[in-house]
Amino acid sequence: MTPELGHFALILSLGLALIQATVPLAGSYTGNRAWMHSARPLAWGQFTFAAIALALLLLAFLMDDFSVIYVASNSNTLMPTLYKVSAVWGAHEGSLLLWAAFLAAWGAAVAALSRSLPLQVVARVLAVMGMIGIGFLLFMLLTSNPFDRIFPPPLEGRDLNPLLQDPGLAIHPPLLYMGYVGLSVAFAFAIAALLGGKLDAAWARWSRPWTTMAWVFLTLGIALGSWWAYYELGWGGWWFWDPVENASLMPWLAATALMHSLAVTEKRGAFKSWTVLLAITAFSLSLLGTFLVRSGVLTSVHAFATDPARGTFILIFLCLVVGGSLALYAWRAPEVSDGGRFELLSRESLLLTNNLLLTLLTALILFGTLAPLIYEAMGWGKISVGFPWFNTMFVAVTPFLAFAMGVGPLTRWKQDEGERLVAELWVPFALAAATAILAVVFMPLTSGWFLVPLGLGLAVWLLAAQIQTVRERLRHKRGIGALLRDLAGNGRSFYGMILAHLGVAMFIVGATMVSNFDMEKDVRMSPGDSQEVAGYQFKFLGVQNQPGPNFMAARGHFQVFDGDRQIAELWPEKRTYFASQKPMTEASIDWGLTRDLYVSLGEPLGNGDWAMRLYYKPFVRWIWLGAVLMALGGLLATTDRRYRRAVRKSLKAPAGATASAGS
Amino acid sequence: MGKSLKFLVPLVLFALLVALLFFGLGTDPRKVPSPLVGKPAPEFTLPVLNDPSRTVSNTDLLGQISLVNVWASWCVSCRAEHAELMRLSRELKDVQILGLNWKDTKEDALRMLKVSGDPYRVNAFDPDNRVGIHWGVYGAPETFLVDAEGRICYKKIGPVERGTWDTELAPTLDLATKKCKEPGR
Repeated sequence: MTPELGHFALILSLGLALIQATVPLAGSYTGNRAWMHSARPLAWGQFTFAAIALALLLLAFLMDDFSVIYVASNSNTLMPTLYKVSAVWGAHEGSLLLWAAFLAAWGAAVAALSRSLPLQVVARVLAVMGMIGIGFLLFMLLTSNPFDRIFPPPLEGRDLNPLLQDPGLAIHPPLLYMGYVGLSVAFAFAIAALLGGKLDAAWARWSRPWTTMAWVFLTLGIALGSWWAYYELGWGGWWFWDPVENASLMPWLAATALMHSLAVTEKRGAFKSWTVLLAITAFSLSLLGTFLVRSGVLTSVHAFATDPARGTFILIFLCLVVGGSLALYAWRAPEVSDGGRFELLSRESLLLTNNLLLTLLTALILFGTLAPLIYEAMGWGKISVGFPWFNTMFVAVTPFLAFAMGVGPLTRWKQDEGERLVAELWVPFALAAATAILAVVFMPLTSGWFLVPLGLGLAVWLLAAQIQTVRERLRHKRGIGALLRDLAGNGRSFYGMILAHLGVAMFIVGATMVSNFDMEKDVRMSPGDSQEVAGYQFKFLGVQNQPGPNFMAARGHFQVFDGDRQIAELWPEKRTYFASQKPMTEASIDWGLTRDLYVSLGEPLGNGDWAMRLYYKPFVRWIWLGAVLMALGGLLATTDRRYRRAVRKSLKAPAGATASAGS
Repeated sequence: MGKSLKFLVPLVLFALLVALLFFGLGTDPRKVPSPLVGKPAPEFTLPVLNDPSRTVSNTDLLGQISLVNVWASWCVSCRAEHAELMRLSRELKDVQILGLNWKDTKEDALRMLKVSGDPYRVNAFDPDNRVGIHWGVYGAPETFLVDAEGRICYKKIGPVERGTWDTELAPTLDLATKKCKEPGR
């Protein structure tokens, strides 16, 4: 019975979304306040029913209701409860439901937190979000209903893909989806602004916290996915340039550009039409990612079961949403004034550089991801764009980005003098150069010899330039007390930016070190053998069988010594899951701030011997810690009081006269 | 007018993208009908991965059923299918698995085999896509089923998973005569 209720809740949610997409919008044109006021309760209603549907699907999993096809294909009575929960979004139908529920949740959040916005804007924003909601709910009900039944019900379910039975992967998709869907808010604000024909500083200020919040979720989601790949795939890699990874990185890059462009639009009134285009692009790329993952157009390890009907539906939806918004853009954007002028050397032009580089990177990744399709369509034969191509492109663009990131925050709006900047930045530059030279002299030579001094030099450059930026801000104040007062006051978005930039520096250190200095040893080991990797002794004590809830594991035992001192015990596993008979490698890792020691079991070679992979991964944690720092920075920025206060101020003044607001 | 036209550029680019994606929908990348299916495997001669003094060529395909597996150490899906290839190499006694190590470096490839096990009877080393291009390889992994006369019976794109042999590969082959079934099944 409950699955039918879930199905019904979805239909109700769709009905409310239909009203939400039309009535408030009509009201916003006719000036009917009652119609506009209906937007908020409708958004709450859509969210309530989507949440009920999600809860009922969860219930079906917890009760092992195998009469529901989706549960039968992705769960199993033996599965631990945590994975029964995460199995809800472990495959296509359920992840779509999660997506729709999150979309409705963002809509409800906009409804709740928009008390200070003009009613007309709220009505239009929520109407646009309702339209997107219609698309996803229809998609689910027409092609991928998670509540479909099967008769007779099987006695046992098929189990969740063992790759996904992992705590990291239990929370990776929700975070990522929150990010993808969160970009719909920035998109809705942009469309609402285009509809109203009023692209002003107020619009940019309203969008900023939402965009940043979505970006925070996206950052954490991607980092978690990378971390998961690192410890779960058993190969010690942290990024594979797989189409699905690219599908998450592209919206992230576009959203990063958008955050920076919004800053310019808010503070200087410039780049308006460009900012709108970025808002459309960022959300379009997350829709494109959905299409690529679920249509089977590209092959990928992550790919969901594919079905041409689904692909066709998403493609049509993509055409309506993206095509429609770009048409609106082509129609309305020419009327938008270009806004504030600026000189060649100014913060505007540095942020423009940042935007162009991020867009270039996005375009390159898009091209690389779609290249197999392009080649085929053109009749040029077939190609595959591998790992090395993406790496080369990424390493070619990012150093310029990092350099600009050091200069930008110190540069003044509108116009700045070269001498002043040199005076501010010569110390960071000298420190970076010294680091690079030290790296050349003292670090062992590797095949990427120039990458190490470049990477470390850039990281130091970023660190020193951000410190200099803080000092410049506090020049006329003294001590740590001033910093704290600044943090309590209007400085949060500033310190958020600093924190996020330091996160980038940390990421660069991690990526540089682990790419150039990791060590690995692939060896055959008998019980009692010792192997040395990077100065650490790995002693292999043997492998024993150990049953798990729904798998049997061969569990190895290692002791790791630094000199004579035992510093870790590691238990790598090779699991065979009962239901699917799929083997899974569970690496065991002793983690540290400056290095990870990583052991993963290969194949049994007879007589108790095993093939082993032993890794030394220097500074690999910095990659994810850097991402966490970026996310924290974003979070801090969204709490800036300025957003709320400035919004109230703009209520008194007529919208459009607020170009001077903000500092 | 020129000023307004530039705002149409994103829409035009998007239209091109949609055309491309629509084209992509029509061609399931896992089921591209290779023009080579039913034809003799293209001529090739390549050095052996772990012993450049020896070579592999079409003659290695004659006399028994072969699975020619295109792989590379950088390819994640290849790692995913590795366990299944290991199982097939143990269980299918009269099928040989030949590797075509593609766009890879020798060190990385050998290391992967050492660690994860080596399901291949022999591996041909094709770092510059010299042979891959004649075989129509556009991505790794791909697996060709070749009969005892050296004809390609089937091309599998994407990883070989548990069940792929029974449901996809074996049905295109007559196990008794070790020959492909007639083209088109």
